[in-house]
Amino acid sequence: MSAAHDHHHGPAKGISRWLFTTNHKDIGSMYLWFSFAMFLLGGTFALVIRAELFQPGLQFVEPNFFNQMTTMHGLIMVFGAVMPAFVGLANWMIPLMIGAPDMALPRMNNWSFWILPFAFAMMVSTLFMEGGGPNFGWTFYAPLSTTYGPPSTTFFIFAVHILGASSIMGAINVIATILNMRAPGMTLMKMPLFVWTWLITAYLLIAVMPVLAGVVTMMLFDIHFGTAFFDAAGGGDPVLFQHLFWFFGHPEVYIMILPAFGIISAIIPTFARKRLFGYDSMVYATASIAFLSFIVWAHHMFTVGMPLAGQLFFMYATMLIAVPTGVKVFNWVATMFRGSMTFETPMLFAIAFVVLFTIGGFTGVMLAITPVDFQYHDTYFVVAHFHYVLVPGAVFSIMAATYYWLPKWTGYMYDETLGKLHFWLSFIGVNILFFPQHFLGLAGMPRRIPDYALQFADFNWISSVGGFLFGFSQLILLFVIIKCVRGGKKATAQVWEGAQGLEWTVPSPAPYHTFETPPDPTLIKAQ
Amino acid sequence: MKTDKAPSKNKTLVTKLLFSVVGMFAFGFALVPLYDVICDITGLNGNTNNLAAQAEAGEIIDETREVTVQFIARENGDMDWGFVPSATQVRVMPGDVNMISYKVTNNTDQVMVGQAIPSVAPNAAAGHLNKVECFCFEEQILQPGESADMPLRFFVDPALPAEISKLTLSYTLYDITEKSSKLKAIAAR
Repeated sequence: MSAAHDHHHGPAKGISRWLFTTNHKDIGSMYLWFSFAMFLLGGTFALVIRAELFQPGLQFVEPNFFNQMTTMHGLIMVFGAVMPAFVGLANWMIPLMIGAPDMALPRMNNWSFWILPFAFAMMVSTLFMEGGGPNFGWTFYAPLSTTYGPPSTTFFIFAVHILGASSIMGAINVIATILNMRAPGMTLMKMPLFVWTWLITAYLLIAVMPVLAGVVTMMLFDIHFGTAFFDAAGGGDPVLFQHLFWFFGHPEVYIMILPAFGIISAIIPTFARKRLFGYDSMVYATASIAFLSFIVWAHHMFTVGMPLAGQLFFMYATMLIAVPTGVKVFNWVATMFRGSMTFETPMLFAIAFVVLFTIGGFTGVMLAITPVDFQYHDTYFVVAHFHYVLVPGAVFSIMAATYYWLPKWTGYMYDETLGKLHFWLSFIGVNILFFPQHFLGLAGMPRRIPDYALQFADFNWISSVGGFLFGFSQLILLFVIIKCVRGGKKATAQVWEGAQGLEWTVPSPAPYHTFETPPDPTLIKAQ
Repeated sequence: MKTDKAPSKNKTLVTKLLFSVVGMFAFGFALVPLYDVICDITGLNGNTNNLAAQAEAGEIIDETREVTVQFIARENGDMDWGFVPSATQVRVMPGDVNMISYKVTNNTDQVMVGQAIPSVAPNAAAGHLNKVECFCFEEQILQPGESADMPLRFFVDPALPAEISKLTLSYTLYDITEKSSKLKAIAAR
């Protein structure tokens, strides 16, 4: 076998291709499939919740199992669906976008993917253990999760350790790739925004995932080794848990939205056939949001009893985030303004993102106002707020990205009619599902309850109908992807008329190895 | 070419990033003492000083005003002890040392150890309630059915902000039988 032949081999055959691969495209695909599987699993748990809440009273599940469903739904969607989907997109697209042959640390890449299925197998298996799975909410406040948690909490802690390690390795890989592997001519300020947002996200991950690991380690010590980090009887403080958790938790919510900003900033210029408006301001806005995310955590815990100065500081700091976010929304709208817009499925998802994410942003500003937060705290208003930023926000951006790059991945065009059907059913479904929850929260319905007072019945059944519509619509996406993988109309290298960037200079489907020699620097244009 | 230098560049970068990871992990733990320090300095969170204050003889007593001190006592979880203060509230002059007592009863048929943890509201007053003598400084051991009167001597710091006219001292009693060092020492004898 000649050296040249060795260098240009295709993928290995059979299961070993996937087990031992160090190819960024294979690993990206595995991340994306894994996250889709987790999305369907977490969605199934959500449907158990919505089925139970369809009517007042207890119909289907015991309250303890209901609590396990809300907890597992949150954990799986955050750590199993949204984060791995973005890592998968980063794996697939960042090397293609910056003209690199692969990720900087391909073996670690393999490892960071393959420990994830084990983490989630462990986490989901707790549902079958004695005492059930975690039932204390995805925020696992101590001492609810330490003194009063089920015996399976230890498995939950180890699962969090493993998936945290996976995220940290993924982040290190992204930073090393972006800083060291850019093609000649690809300066930082010429990088596509998806690359920029991921670079900043990766730094956030490195800063806060270790803090999460520290928090669950303290829980482990409190449960098994007699320490009292969060136990008041031993001199600890339960409020300390909330401070530590949200010091991780708030940057975490930006980890789940910054890459989405990058995706939308790629799609809107393509289908508006204009350059992105205000590229530099987009970069600076992303960096500002990342910085601010570290100094606003206590707005999640206004009601724990903070001094007035603290409440005011966290209120104003939180509201300040609306400024860079507003810059972004303005830039997207300005990009579309007077553009030659067409409305293919990725663009529909991107526009829906801008509108619905902005609604979620506005409810966020409402929640930032300390005095009114005392009323909204722990109600369905909060549930509606973060689902608006996470579902038609982060998840819609992932779907937009899937439709946008699917022809590049598979070499075939997806079924546009089915894609549009999927979009409209999802769009209508998600609004029927989450909009009434604003009213429920304002009327005082608390979160995480299996049964509720009668006056909440009407909006709850509307929300449940929307939930089932949205949930089952996702099977269309699964069908569209499988159909597109199996064949269809051949995609060109360019795919979309207005698309810009290095990923569109390689053939569709993207060959197993790309940019083994750096791309022609003249292809690298300012954004 | 760039790619030739990539492995060593990656190595230095990854080392730096791993240092940040370890550093942030340590920072998470460092936040625990930092949090306590911040709470002690500022009195946030209602954490009061858990050390005996020195009542200096001839401490200036602010006779121009009186503040109300309210007492709350509760047992944590389903701990079966009685725990009540001798008065629900008293009017005191800042600087004047007052005394009240709490009656505790062990209603179970087992030897138990309790530990009372104080908290003061509003937060701004937390640093101004000084305890000269308090049962919360030590663990309480009660035999089955035993009762005890536990004294509390305290004074309100005259530096208490003028706008505060009422403060609440709350005690939560925790069952620490399993963790108690005192009980172990007795058992060892």
